[in-house]
Amino acid sequence: MLPRLSKATGWQLFVRATLARMYPRVIGANRERTWVFFEVLLPCLSLTAYVLVYRSLHAPPALVSFVVVGGAMGAFWANVMWAMANQLYWEKETGNLALYIIAPMSMMAVLLGMALGGMFNAATRALAIVVVGALLFDVRFSTAHLPMLVLTCVLTMTALYGMGMLFASLFLLFGRETWHLVNLAQEPVHLCAGMYFPVKSLGVWVAAAASVIPLTLGLDAIRQLTIADGPTLGLMAVPWELLGLGFLVAIFLSSARFMLRHMERLAIAEGRLTQSRS
Amino acid sequence: MNAGRAWRSLRAAAWLGWQIESNWTDPFLFTVYSVAKPVAAAAILVVMYAVATRGDFSSPTFAYIYLGSALYVYVGAVMTGVAFAVIDDRERYRMLRYVYVAPIDFRLYLIGRAVGRFAAATASVLITLAAGIVFFHLDIHPGAIDWPVLVLAMAIGMPMLALLGLGLGGVVMQFAQQSWSVGDAVAGTLFLISGAVFPLDILPAPLRACGFVLPITYWLELVRRALVGRTGFQTFATVGSGKLLVIFSGLTCLLAVAVVASFRWCEQRARERGLLDRTTNY
Repeated sequence: MLPRLSKATGWQLFVRATLARMYPRVIGANRERTWVFFEVLLPCLSLTAYVLVYRSLHAPPALVSFVVVGGAMGAFWANVMWAMANQLYWEKETGNLALYIIAPMSMMAVLLGMALGGMFNAATRALAIVVVGALLFDVRFSTAHLPMLVLTCVLTMTALYGMGMLFASLFLLFGRETWHLVNLAQEPVHLCAGMYFPVKSLGVWVAAAASVIPLTLGLDAIRQLTIADGPTLGLMAVPWELLGLGFLVAIFLSSARFMLRHMERLAIAEGRLTQSRS
Repeated sequence: MNAGRAWRSLRAAAWLGWQIESNWTDPFLFTVYSVAKPVAAAAILVVMYAVATRGDFSSPTFAYIYLGSALYVYVGAVMTGVAFAVIDDRERYRMLRYVYVAPIDFRLYLIGRAVGRFAAATASVLITLAAGIVFFHLDIHPGAIDWPVLVLAMAIGMPMLALLGLGLGGVVMQFAQQSWSVGDAVAGTLFLISGAVFPLDILPAPLRACGFVLPITYWLELVRRALVGRTGFQTFATVGSGKLLVIFSGLTCLLAVAVVASFRWCEQRARERGLLDRTTNY
């Protein structure tokens, strides 16, 4: 008689599913070297253009540092939108979504695996962008507030990827619009979040409204903690921004969980969720 | 080339391109989508300029940056649009093989596919310019515009961008993994070395030299001049518009010869190696 296979359940199944989904994301994205090259090159090109704009206008050097930090955080935003928000729609188009839904595991684990893998990939790109930016433009960063910086990064990433998890479910409701919506969420978001300038310049009310996007508060806090002139150009004190980010984490993660359950119910009740509609 | 066949290829591809670009949503959302991205891109530069200069929007430097950003939308739309048609038809719709064997002119088909993007880009450029005039008092008056230079620059400029796209399309045909990124990488590089939003003078000498042999550099300068007169930077200050037009036309002719030859080679290679009906699933 064959030995009975042990079957993971509960939190063990959740962890295994998370790791299983994380694995192809990390390995796949880094095995293709040209992807890594382009994912670093493209942000560096736009970053260089924005730095040269500031230089041609004889702007203070602190603004060049703002561009470099913004360019690095842009890697996370691109990853959240293209590899999280767009992902389930993409899986639907390629026929994998039905397999995910019938697999005996939590879809939250799948999304978490995608998020952790994506975060790792984006972090390597962001690091490369910071190094290239620092070397090319002689930008200096402070590490005097390291614990606070780590906390800010953790909260920003959790809120950002929580938002990506929410959008991943939401975008399943759409058809071809998904690609266009994700594409639309680039330059307008770069503007609202103050990707290449202090967000305070947009005015307090616009900046406050833009704080719904975790990138806005996270970017501003990271700049205040790493750039010498950052605090004078910051939107508000860092502890308040961390409080805002904590609030966004709670909202996005709980909304993502709710939406995912809703989508699973729809998939079972209507049986059409996994159909390609493009 | 048979004129009837050429016109039929262009018209059918333009219609198809327009449908692909626009029929995913209602006209209102499509307009918002087409306009929001370029306007936001221009607005980023406006805010950066305001932060760096404390809001001195009357300076000719502002007009240089704003117009460069607005006009560059055409590069992304037309050049990348032509190249993207190859990937879209091969990888997504998986129709390139059928299009290729159809009795149409393949090069004109690819160029025609970008007509939809060109139309959307024109709308967004006009809206961006209107926003510049209304909100930032950009000094553009219909009576003061140098219409002959503007018309000539646009009449040569759009085919020039389509040619660049065709050249890129031939290259993209050869790739699998990198094909989605090549268009953006080229557009990003050209943005950097064509002096779109900053003068070529601040680039390192080798990159500056590259900028001076690019037709896009002269196209941007000519359209800017036609709209607002001499711009704030010294790069082309001593060169007249007539001379710039001659240089621009000459470089575009050279580009046309190079693109036709390179596309023919790429097409031949793709046919021999079965790249036209390849689906890479990347």
